[in-house]
Amino acid sequence: MAERPSQPGAELARLLFLGLLGLLFLMPYIWMISASLKPLDEIFRASLNLIPEGGGTLRNYARVLAEVPVAQYLWNGIVVCAGILLFQLMFAVPAGYAIAKLNFPGREWVFGAVMLGLLVPHHVPALPLYVGLSWLGWLNTYASLIIPSTISVFAIFLFRQFFKALPDELIHAARIDGMGELSIVWRVIMPNALPAATAFAIFSVVAHWNDLFWPLIAVTGHERATPALAILYYRSEEAGDDFGALMAASVIMTAPLVLAFLLAQRRFVEGIATTGLKG
Amino acid sequence: MPEAALPARALRAPASQARGARGEALAGLFLTLPAGISYVLLLLLPTIAAVLLAFTDYELGAPDVRWIGIENFRELVDDRGFVISLRNTIVYVGIVAPASIAGALVLALLIEATTRGKALFRAVFFLPVVSLPVGMATAWQYLLHPTIGPVNAFLRDVGVAGPAWLTSSDTVLLSLAFIGIWEAIGFNLVLFLAGLTAIPRELHQAAEVDGVRSAWERFRLVTWPLLGPTTLFVVTITMIRSVRVFDSVAVLTQGGPNRASEVLLYTMYTEGFTFFRLGYSAAITLVFLVIVLGLMLLQTKVLDRRVHYG
Amino acid sequence: MAGIAISNVCKSFGSFEALRGVSLEVQPGEFVALVGPSGCGKTTLMRIVAGIERQDAGRISIGGRDVGQLRAADRDVAMVFQSYALYPHLTVAQNIAVPLVMRRLDNLQRLPLLGRWWPGSRAARQAIHEDAAKAAAALGLGSMLDRRPAQLSGGQRQRVALARAIVRHPKAFLMDEPLSNLDAALRVQTRREIVDIHRRAGATTLYVTHDQAEALTMADRVAVMLAGEILQVDTPDRVYSDPQDLRVAGFIGSPRINTLPAEARGDGAVEVAGVPVGLGTPDCGPLTLAIRPEDLRPDPGGRLEAVAEHVEFLGESLLLHGRLPQTGTAVTLRLPPGSQMPSGSFRLGFAAERALLFDAAGRRATLRLAVHAHA
Repeated sequence: MAERPSQPGAELARLLFLGLLGLLFLMPYIWMISASLKPLDEIFRASLNLIPEGGGTLRNYARVLAEVPVAQYLWNGIVVCAGILLFQLMFAVPAGYAIAKLNFPGREWVFGAVMLGLLVPHHVPALPLYVGLSWLGWLNTYASLIIPSTISVFAIFLFRQFFKALPDELIHAARIDGMGELSIVWRVIMPNALPAATAFAIFSVVAHWNDLFWPLIAVTGHERATPALAILYYRSEEAGDDFGALMAASVIMTAPLVLAFLLAQRRFVEGIATTGLKG
Repeated sequence: MPEAALPARALRAPASQARGARGEALAGLFLTLPAGISYVLLLLLPTIAAVLLAFTDYELGAPDVRWIGIENFRELVDDRGFVISLRNTIVYVGIVAPASIAGALVLALLIEATTRGKALFRAVFFLPVVSLPVGMATAWQYLLHPTIGPVNAFLRDVGVAGPAWLTSSDTVLLSLAFIGIWEAIGFNLVLFLAGLTAIPRELHQAAEVDGVRSAWERFRLVTWPLLGPTTLFVVTITMIRSVRVFDSVAVLTQGGPNRASEVLLYTMYTEGFTFFRLGYSAAITLVFLVIVLGLMLLQTKVLDRRVHYG
Repeated sequence: MAGIAISNVCKSFGSFEALRGVSLEVQPGEFVALVGPSGCGKTTLMRIVAGIERQDAGRISIGGRDVGQLRAADRDVAMVFQSYALYPHLTVAQNIAVPLVMRRLDNLQRLPLLGRWWPGSRAARQAIHEDAAKAAAALGLGSMLDRRPAQLSGGQRQRVALARAIVRHPKAFLMDEPLSNLDAALRVQTRREIVDIHRRAGATTLYVTHDQAEALTMADRVAVMLAGEILQVDTPDRVYSDPQDLRVAGFIGSPRINTLPAEARGDGAVEVAGVPVGLGTPDCGPLTLAIRPEDLRPDPGGRLEAVAEHVEFLGESLLLHGRLPQTGTAVTLRLPPGSQMPSGSFRLGFAAERALLFDAAGRRATLRLAVHAHA
């Protein structure tokens, strides 16, 4: 397609259209950052200036950093996402490999259960999980945030597909070399699972950093709040008064993943695309 | 020429083969055990519990629980609030899904056809997918604010009175849908781009040689048919993702004003965690599950065969 | 039928020069094979002729008309791709009919749903279907009209691609390695069918392949291409027995021609490995003496010494691989089955007129060896 003598006129029109639309698309970000740098009176004047008058102010950020335990929230986010990912991989990689490559009784049932699990959105078990965690007294802890998401049937499915494509000879050769089954998992399978694991990791971290539903249920109060919850709290506390500070808070909580994305763009897109297309 | 020894790897003495098979089976069971246990504890049992709960009148903190059969569902049908919630959700999906799918397809075709800046455009439109929905929702709240928001300020400048986007019951669902489209397009775009690049270039060239002159003809003959599986996937995924709308409602409108933006999951949340009527909330969850399953069934049974060519 | 004239076509991809001033003329009704190793530029040239790629410089004429400004859809050539490029969602009949649908139905008649009922549409579509069926029958596809490509074998898909090409009686056929995805037996059979189609249609055909045997058996003329240049265009016989460039001699013929480093002594004598083998050229300097395996034989009276290394049994002939001990140059002899195989040291003999001399730049020396190798 690119070899055809491309009409420069059409190309220009395309670029203009995409550029304009792209700019419109970025409006929320642009205005969010702009407002976060404006003093309150300027915001309330509703001017259409993107650049804050007088060079802007960091007062909003200062206020947020002073009043809101930003570090705590960000740290919670990191702990929760990392914890979830760790357990997801720990459960799913061996299981995915076993279903893909090993012969054991009940294998088809297990895979059937995985497929069935894919049909159930995570909102469905939420209620009983809440009741259960409440009964155990584990609400409002890292455990309550991490545990329910540790089982990811999607991960098992993904790794199964991935391992199925791995040549059998790799495993046969390892067996001939005298490696025990567990050794094979540790020394051969894990290292080879890296591409799929990276793709899944991106998908998982994005999903859980951004999740509001479950943290809203499992956590009350500020100690274990995730970034998503943090903004919700701050907003209700601010009750729409200090937009500048609210925007600053949003910027702070949204920035980590956005920056990570901008740095590793291709990986993100590939990760979401490949996990999306396989799932 | 050295003769290769018959690969011993293929052959195992019967006894050691049996041992090998047993070892394999044990390993298989052992490796699936952690996942299996967490599956049962965290997915299977809670889901069954949720289904069962739907038929009880369980309330958090209540002394006892009664089995009430389909009473909850009868109540749902009569509950005006629930009916509105369901209708709002359907309207929301009905706006967000087609718009974000068609929009993403058009963008994908445009981006695919450009020679420069593909990665940049892809990143720009994909940004909302990785951005904290709650954070971006607050940004939208500022943007759409009736008095201090830039959108209405701009409209004022051109002499148009902008409505109270998020606080007027006439426009709130529309505004949320618009935000939903903004959030969803990037994801679909990436999937369509992947589908487009998978189309073999020789097919486009063959179409050229066969006499296909316009872009529209080429789209009809080559692009659209070969995009079939991708499109099907995008449609299903988009509908399921948009049915799950929650974050923007929870942050911006809490279902208001006057339930104008009440959606299924938000109703399920409030019934369960504000009113603590867990049985009732579970019934709503069941309705939600049925809808999602229905959408997936639609994909596999009705459309799947028409779209894969062998 | 129209001829194809390619003059001085150049094409670069970035800093890589794919085509360097390539010229070629295909006469109307002629079958020309464009042969060369992978990466030599032959597919690029074909794509430029078809119009799906644009050249940086040079002219392409089809039927005497400069087609440089015309897009592929307007050049009235048909192309068969290496991967067949069949539309997977269309049946065999529909695939074959696509070129006709594009050309005979106008925009309104082609509309998705309404098009069928547009005036004139039914008659036109009926005629199209008949023509497609005829083309399909000509290639033995009559019973498969309703199948989809996924349900066909590789050979059948290939024929659908051919049928799609012949159905519109184009000015010329362009074929880009259409047989390379088929297994050996099918390839041989399909070769003949393609040549048959060419003869029956009297079609101008430009055929690209990396298989020199294919080129030699099918073509009226062979164009040997290497590294973006056409080195020689000649009949198969002459390209084989009268190569003008050492690279052509090396590419054409299997097993590869023997190339022996030689020296011209200035007094007319030519020596290989220090041994005079005949009179060749009055010049002085290094030469290459090339001789085909079937032209070498063990000859106790011969002047060159060689050492036998091993024998390959091919069924219809034997290949004796050896080496010239003084220079270490490898030689291969093709001998009839049942021949006495020398072992160890033996002497080589050949008819002088079968030897080809090439100068240091690889160009063919005009004089041949004049004297028998053993005198």
